[in-house]
Amino acid sequence: MDLYEHQARELFEEHGILVPRAEVATSAEEARACAARLGGRVLVKAQVKAGGRGKAGGVKRAADPPAAELMARQILGMDIKGHTVRAVMLAQSVAIESEFYVSYALDRAAGQFLAIASAEGGMDIEDVAATRPEAVARVPIDPGEGVVRHKAAEIAAAAGLPAEAADTLTALWNVLIREDALLVEVNPLVRTPQGQLIALDAKVTLDDNAHFRQARWGVQDTAYDDEREAVAAAKGLTYVKLDGQVGVIGNGAGLVMATLDAVAGRGARPANFLDIGGGASAQVMADGLGVVLGDPSVTCVLVNVFGGITACDAVADGIVRALESVRLTKPLVVRLDGNNAARGRAVLDACAHPLVEQATTMDGAARRAAELAHVAPAV
Amino acid sequence: MAIYLTRESKVLVQGMTGAEGMRHTRRMLAAGTDVVGGVNPRKAGRTVDFDGRAMPVFGSVHDARETTGADVSVLFVPPAFSKDAVMEAADAGIPLAVVITEGIPVHDAVVFQAHARRRGTRVIGPNCPGLITPGQSNAGIIPADITEPGRVGLVSKSGTLTYQLMYELRDIGFSTCVGIGGDPVVGTTHIDCLAAFEADPETELIVLIGEIGGDAEERAATCIAEHVTKPVVAYVAGFTAPEGRTMGHAGAIVSGSSGTARAKKAALEAVGVRVGETPSATARLVRDRLASTDGRLAPG
Repeated sequence: MDLYEHQARELFEEHGILVPRAEVATSAEEARACAARLGGRVLVKAQVKAGGRGKAGGVKRAADPPAAELMARQILGMDIKGHTVRAVMLAQSVAIESEFYVSYALDRAAGQFLAIASAEGGMDIEDVAATRPEAVARVPIDPGEGVVRHKAAEIAAAAGLPAEAADTLTALWNVLIREDALLVEVNPLVRTPQGQLIALDAKVTLDDNAHFRQARWGVQDTAYDDEREAVAAAKGLTYVKLDGQVGVIGNGAGLVMATLDAVAGRGARPANFLDIGGGASAQVMADGLGVVLGDPSVTCVLVNVFGGITACDAVADGIVRALESVRLTKPLVVRLDGNNAARGRAVLDACAHPLVEQATTMDGAARRAAELAHVAPAV
Repeated sequence: MAIYLTRESKVLVQGMTGAEGMRHTRRMLAAGTDVVGGVNPRKAGRTVDFDGRAMPVFGSVHDARETTGADVSVLFVPPAFSKDAVMEAADAGIPLAVVITEGIPVHDAVVFQAHARRRGTRVIGPNCPGLITPGQSNAGIIPADITEPGRVGLVSKSGTLTYQLMYELRDIGFSTCVGIGGDPVVGTTHIDCLAAFEADPETELIVLIGEIGGDAEERAATCIAEHVTKPVVAYVAGFTAPEGRTMGHAGAIVSGSSGTARAKKAALEAVGVRVGETPSATARLVRDRLASTDGRLAPG
């Protein structure tokens, strides 16, 4: 899970990294008051979980509180890469002498974390890495040792950062370890004319799997996400809203992704990703179907299950149970294979619902669902 | 032959006395796996009955290995305790640890993988279905009755896609099927399995299943070009996945311009790997490829 900049900034501050004074506002009037408290000259920054905010016009400089109000009015409500801006952060303006880039990211191939640092901060680090790879230092971190003083000094030297950046690098590593983060990034880390190093931006991605010991950010901002995603999450389903018409339900992340691709390959677009997981009960299946049928953009639903641990008869029972509580107005194509498939198919045959049809293969099911999605009337 | 797992493998189950452990120990035994016991420090000395077969419970992996000669451990240990459990298996000298557990924090995986490497323990997973050598042994949760022994080797990031391909090619059969898991940090990679299948005389063709996220498939493509002489057929899932959204698996995310299914497919095709558009199409490519090989080998 990505944190908003203002949350990441807060974490940095707790771990002793210098950050500019800042406040969060959700209205232009509030932004003006915040700017006044911060001394007038501020940066107004869109709070969305997406990169490239600056290029999208989501970061602006304001010379005084009325200007901050105007900027906030422009930025609030903006759409940046599909994310609506609902809050802005006002950050005190800082005098900049030089800008650097520092981050810790997971190196999946090596199975450990990597420090990435450059004396050329402030711009798109991917561009720097592509055009001048020698300007970006990549230093692997031994998981047994972590970033202790001499390691931090090594990273700073390798990247051409000032020696005092070692403190920031050590503190940043502590953020990564203590908060179970998968990524911490500062771009830019700036040096002021007085020689202070200040993190002007903050990006932190936390590990969802570590919620059991890091409950702190667990329940934040569900209102910001898609409403159906919140409902599905509450029922323990893995659901991602997409922009098509065919609702897709399956078991296992790989099979569901493959089903989305098969639907797209037949000229329709998937409306969602929904994984009922391994060993799903009838209730889980019924819940999943309820979520997908509740999406007005869905014109047809495809259920694709290859039963391993999951029993196909339980899936079929779940479908029948859902049909008892929801009046089905959209066609439902079901493909069941594997564990207890014959019993599952028999359950659906016995139900004999006019809008439910079965397919014998995954490809056949995707083809049929794509056809039906086009002929079904939009609800 | 097979890779990593044979009928001689002696399998220990860490977490055998839990609900998942019980269920899958029963399935492994039914599949013919030589399960030799379980580990639970609080239930040491007891036995658990599986349809008339009494399985001993040991207080530590070390004790279990001393007593039974176990050389494989399958772990059904909850996420919060998995790191210690894998490290215990490695410290006890277990050569192969199969971590089924889903939801292990990445920092824990980084630590136990490094520890296992130092101790010479191969880890498969975490968050994986395990591996099966049909007709010989099953270590994990892959259904044992959907395919036959045969000449195809399979390595996959996805559990259900493993099952799907096994089922589609059940008449041809498999040497070994390995589910390596969909987490960002896994102990055994596509490349490890490619090398093992290349060296296995009974594997004639390799099926590689990938998905979005990371660059494991691109690295596998480089490995294939340099080291693999056997035919490889691949499938990559996630062409429709939007950027920045995690699709079920913790590692299945397209970030920035990297990790897309399109890039992975292109990398594999560039080294001569045929990549199917769906699992069924992939199975057809396997049949075509085997038929052409058989044709060449057939006398006259």
